[in-house]
Amino acid sequence: MTPSFNEMYQNGEVRIPYARLEEWTRGMSPALRTQKQAEAEALFRRIGITFAVYGEGGDPDRLIPFDMFPRVFTAMEWARLERGIKQRARALNAFLVDVYGRGEIVRAGRIPAALVYQNEAYEKSVVGFVPPKGVYSHIVGIDIVRTGPNDFFVLEDNCRTPSGVSYMLESREMMMRMFPHLFRENRIQPVDRYHSLLRRTLNSVAPAKCTGEPTVVILTPGHFNSAYYEHSFLADLMGVELVEGADLFVDGAFVYMRTTEGPRKVDVIYRRIDDAYLDPLCFRPDSMLGIPGLMDVYRSGGVTICSAPGAGVADDKAVYTYVPEMVRFYLGEEPILNNVPTWQCAKSDDLKHVLENLADLVVKEVHGSGGYGMLVGPKSTKAEVEDFRHKILANPGNYIAQPTLALSATPTFVDEGIAPRHVDLRPYCLVGETIELVPGGLTRVALREGSLVVNSSQGGGVKDTWVLAE
Amino acid sequence: MLSRTADNLYWLARYMERAETAARLLEVGARISLLPTEQGYRNEWDSLLRSTGSADGFAKKYGEAVQRNIESFLFFDRDNPSSVASSITAARENGRIVRTALTTQVWDALNTAFQELRQIERAPRSELELSRLTDWTMKHAAMVRGAIDATLLRGDGYNFLNLGYYLERGDATARLMDVKYYVLLPRAGYVGTGADNDQWMMLLRALSANRAFHWAYGGEITAAKIAHFLILNPQCPRSLITCVAGANNHLSRVAKLYGQSSQAQTRATALLTLLEQSTPETIFDEGLHDFLSRFIGLTADLAVSINDTYLSGDMA
Repeated sequence: MTPSFNEMYQNGEVRIPYARLEEWTRGMSPALRTQKQAEAEALFRRIGITFAVYGEGGDPDRLIPFDMFPRVFTAMEWARLERGIKQRARALNAFLVDVYGRGEIVRAGRIPAALVYQNEAYEKSVVGFVPPKGVYSHIVGIDIVRTGPNDFFVLEDNCRTPSGVSYMLESREMMMRMFPHLFRENRIQPVDRYHSLLRRTLNSVAPAKCTGEPTVVILTPGHFNSAYYEHSFLADLMGVELVEGADLFVDGAFVYMRTTEGPRKVDVIYRRIDDAYLDPLCFRPDSMLGIPGLMDVYRSGGVTICSAPGAGVADDKAVYTYVPEMVRFYLGEEPILNNVPTWQCAKSDDLKHVLENLADLVVKEVHGSGGYGMLVGPKSTKAEVEDFRHKILANPGNYIAQPTLALSATPTFVDEGIAPRHVDLRPYCLVGETIELVPGGLTRVALREGSLVVNSSQGGGVKDTWVLAE
Repeated sequence: MLSRTADNLYWLARYMERAETAARLLEVGARISLLPTEQGYRNEWDSLLRSTGSADGFAKKYGEAVQRNIESFLFFDRDNPSSVASSITAARENGRIVRTALTTQVWDALNTAFQELRQIERAPRSELELSRLTDWTMKHAAMVRGAIDATLLRGDGYNFLNLGYYLERGDATARLMDVKYYVLLPRAGYVGTGADNDQWMMLLRALSANRAFHWAYGGEITAAKIAHFLILNPQCPRSLITCVAGANNHLSRVAKLYGQSSQAQTRATALLTLLEQSTPETIFDEGLHDFLSRFIGLTADLAVSINDTYLSGDMA
């Protein structure tokens, strides 16, 4: 593995976007640092920015570790990322409309039919239905890693309901509150338009039957869900109701919520629950979370569901390989952001390569998430590698493999002082009548030394992400 | 407003008020435990517990009414749904669910109470003075109440919160009085004697109203004066008439806001009229216990109406 790129330095010099931060850290005593860290934690707890973990014992309200050292992009770096992200979001939505319609990309032989139509995430109940404005995925979270000054790769796409945007917004609040002078000294582009853009995006996809100002709601599985804080945070910022399944019911051609003044029609549902729990009549009959009859109203254009049921087929890890092909096919453009080279164990040539080089590769389950069920070859013992080899052989179609990328690192406050830790980036692209992206995203950092896994369930933390103005 | 949101706000308020009631009982209970046993004051403690409907639970789990047991039961015990710890946790959980319907200040007050409660629970009991526990509860109840009054939009949410406060408070006052009267009644011979006086004082103390009573009435304590103060005097913040008038007021505001009157409002107005037309004499003629039982029943009916009309969402 090549040594990873440290975003703060190049050829032994501090890179320009980090120059002021270097001065800042030199002026910070360990005592001040400890004090600020405690202050941040107290604020997070007081405001209630926690993720709830019930049923494991201990404190149900956990904090995601927050690192005060920001991650910085120049305006030029961001301009390229932004073009690449928006391009990808457009292509993914075009793909979704296509595969639930005529399936041109399959007919053209650019993606295998089985991969699409036999995919678990392919939702047969919405075939032939085109959601308002032709948008399936309204909030696209694209996970991006960096390996060099100009080398960015897309690790995966999240087309359903990517979470974490509240950490992007709150990390910024926290930094502005604790270190206002940093924001005077650096020209940092604001991210606080996010919620108005989200509201505008949701309004713009109101169903045709909606006349006047649409009523938007956020649908949450409830306050025991680990991301409940984020759901209520977004509802509050947008000034919309946060509803649970039991608050909604179907009557005739529309969906209503139960209010103290009687039923009120709902036009747009930003759901934060999985497809399977939306409507017990259509999906899981044992679901307590869903709204019986919702899908009928949806398909007859009485309500919009964001993201649209079925959007998940576009962010499948095996379909991921074909996203550059989607960009070429639908947009007639070359992809601005590259995929990580990926071997699909379902293909015999690829499988051969993977098995021969297992110790150097990262192997993931096609439908896995959260950093579980994966093999990081170079970080595993021989026994672990062999163990995984058997799993792959038993069900090759379930696995993909990628080279172990030398993820970039940024300076991070650790016990011993400041040290580089690996990071990734998740920007949140909004797709409605227009495509919008606030300059920033969620930077996740692997706090354990040498670790490449940034998921919060595996010892990851978050950082504020700066995009400097020109 | 979502019916579920209104329901959570209503219960948030009820639980905060319940925490305060528990703290006040704790103060009185501890005081009782300091008094000499031979005068039968231990029965007082039992009667106070009976008012919250938890006397049997206490006897089963703790047995003797010594201070430490009383503290455990009324402050810390999570098996006791009316304890300070249970009530504050439930209030905060209700608040967390409807975080968007609260201002930052209200949430902050609520969440701070909960976070501090967790610290108290971790502290060694030997370091926790009883007065600290009761003062702490009163202080945080006041901070939540104050944040609501100072910062919350006077919309429907504000009205549902207040409905919760007033109903819970009126109910607690009525139950406390009822229990005290019940205990006193068979010993009619004592009425007007020193022992009787102390019993009534204890009741006033349990409602944080002993000083206020003296300011308002002066002179000898009599059952009639106390009944007037706790039932009919609109100056007393915990009197039945204050609580019913408060609930009636907020129901009228909701009705006006929604442009639609309700059965709940009709019931509250009828209950207020009943109190306005009562005097200590008519109450004692009917029998205090009968009157209070009737009141408790009517309050429960009112709560059912509020639930059916606004909180259940079944209007459709």
